[in-house]
Amino acid sequence: MTQAVYAGSMVELDAEGFMTRADAWSRPVGEAISQELNISLTPEHWRLIDFAREDFSIKNTSPGLRRISKYTKTGMKDIYRLFPKGPGKLIARIAGLPKPKSCL
Amino acid sequence: MKQILILGAGTAGTMMANHLNRLLPKGWQVTVADPENQHLYQPGLLFLPFGARDEHKIVKSRAHTLKRGVTWLQKAVETVDHEHKTVIMKDGHRETYDILIIASGSHIQPDMTPGMTEDEWYHSIFDFYSLAGARALRDKLADFQEGRLVVNVVEMPIKCPVAPLEFLFLADDYFRKQGRRDRVEIVFVTPLDAAFTKPVAAKVLGNSLLDRGIRLETEFMTGEIDPAKKQLLSYDERGIDFDLLVTVPTHTGADFVEASDIGDELAFIPTDRHTLAAREMEDVFVVGDATDLPSSKAGSVAHFQAELLTENLLRKIRGEELEPSFDGHSNCFVETGDGKAMLIDFNYNVEPVPGRFPYAFGPFSLMRESRMNHWAKLAFRPTYWHALLPGRRLPISAQMSTSGKQLEFLAAVTE
Repeated sequence: MTQAVYAGSMVELDAEGFMTRADAWSRPVGEAISQELNISLTPEHWRLIDFAREDFSIKNTSPGLRRISKYTKTGMKDIYRLFPKGPGKLIARIAGLPKPKSCL
Repeated sequence: MKQILILGAGTAGTMMANHLNRLLPKGWQVTVADPENQHLYQPGLLFLPFGARDEHKIVKSRAHTLKRGVTWLQKAVETVDHEHKTVIMKDGHRETYDILIIASGSHIQPDMTPGMTEDEWYHSIFDFYSLAGARALRDKLADFQEGRLVVNVVEMPIKCPVAPLEFLFLADDYFRKQGRRDRVEIVFVTPLDAAFTKPVAAKVLGNSLLDRGIRLETEFMTGEIDPAKKQLLSYDERGIDFDLLVTVPTHTGADFVEASDIGDELAFIPTDRHTLAAREMEDVFVVGDATDLPSSKAGSVAHFQAELLTENLLRKIRGEELEPSFDGHSNCFVETGDGKAMLIDFNYNVEPVPGRFPYAFGPFSLMRESRMNHWAKLAFRPTYWHALLPGRRLPISAQMSTSGKQLEFLAAVTE
């Protein structure tokens, strides 16, 4: 467990950089995390991040890629264009959510 | 007469039907709808590609698996009209229910990956999750003299998440014994970030792959297959060439789940993780692979769920509260080749760790290869037909026990 300051807020991160408390997140915190990941957020990015936040608030788990793709009506290739290299994890990190778990 | 209607007569549906048939109070009857005339022992598919000649022992007629007293409707479901507590069959027949149990399983969808089922399907691209695929692959492996064998999981969740690893171990063993291993390169391509989802087991199993010279390609999200170039392509534009591709295609729930709009993005049904009640439909329960739960899609899970759900349904009929009894317990033997296997045992909260498993005829060693585990895996087939499906109790608890488990391994990983 480590701590980091994003947009003036102190947040706790797990070993892989995911925020440990979704309620400590704000949009400026999301902006700051995305800068660290070298992604500059556009409204297209925010649509996916907002969906992930909303879905988490209902299901209490981070949505997987196919779920994000289906409910935001965004093709997989577009999601990869917006969040290259592992969009599932990147979206969760920027949205202040836990690492998405693959079902076992 | 009140009716419990079960959709699907696979492992979970058959067990539920046979349990309830025995235990339901007067005034209740149990009906199962399933269009297939045969019941397939799915774990048997793993051995077919490597020359097992026991195909006749892994398929039985439906009439042999459902007990007398259970009504079997040989019909396929079109939709569930929950508002009217009615299931509409593809032939137009309507069946009403007082309680509905959805046990319609998970199914491979090779057509969901562009390029998979074109010219190379069953020529250089195979699945082993169907009888036809496992059979075709048996002939292919026998002829495969040299080249690159790629084993690939398209996306999670899949049925029996250890099966691809078992396939790899058995393939290594098979080519070794045929004297061709040095001419066959074996690569495992997975969307996960390790060989397996659970950290301690991922490390042990990952090392077992390395020891056998099997290369691991992780975080590979399969986008499409180019059958002409024999190449697997990921969404992030990596390409992996193959001479022979053994793929585990995307899995979804049943078609009627999608058609009735009662499932999630892959047609798995939102289910309470401890009571197995459908989260959005009263008097509906979900069991086995059809759920959206983070437990394994595996026969052992269906077995434990069926026992606990039976108790819960009897409580419900008596007017009592449901018990949140299901803990995610899963228990599987993992074939590792050369006549050996490992055993893993875990639940929602406790991931698989090494130790000893105190079973009646054991103890078995957990997460270590042994011959005894292998024999137990083989011996399970008659147990499945003669004890598990008929609904006899096996000497294994539906809830996980930590007895014998070396839980200190969990601390080692989180640090």
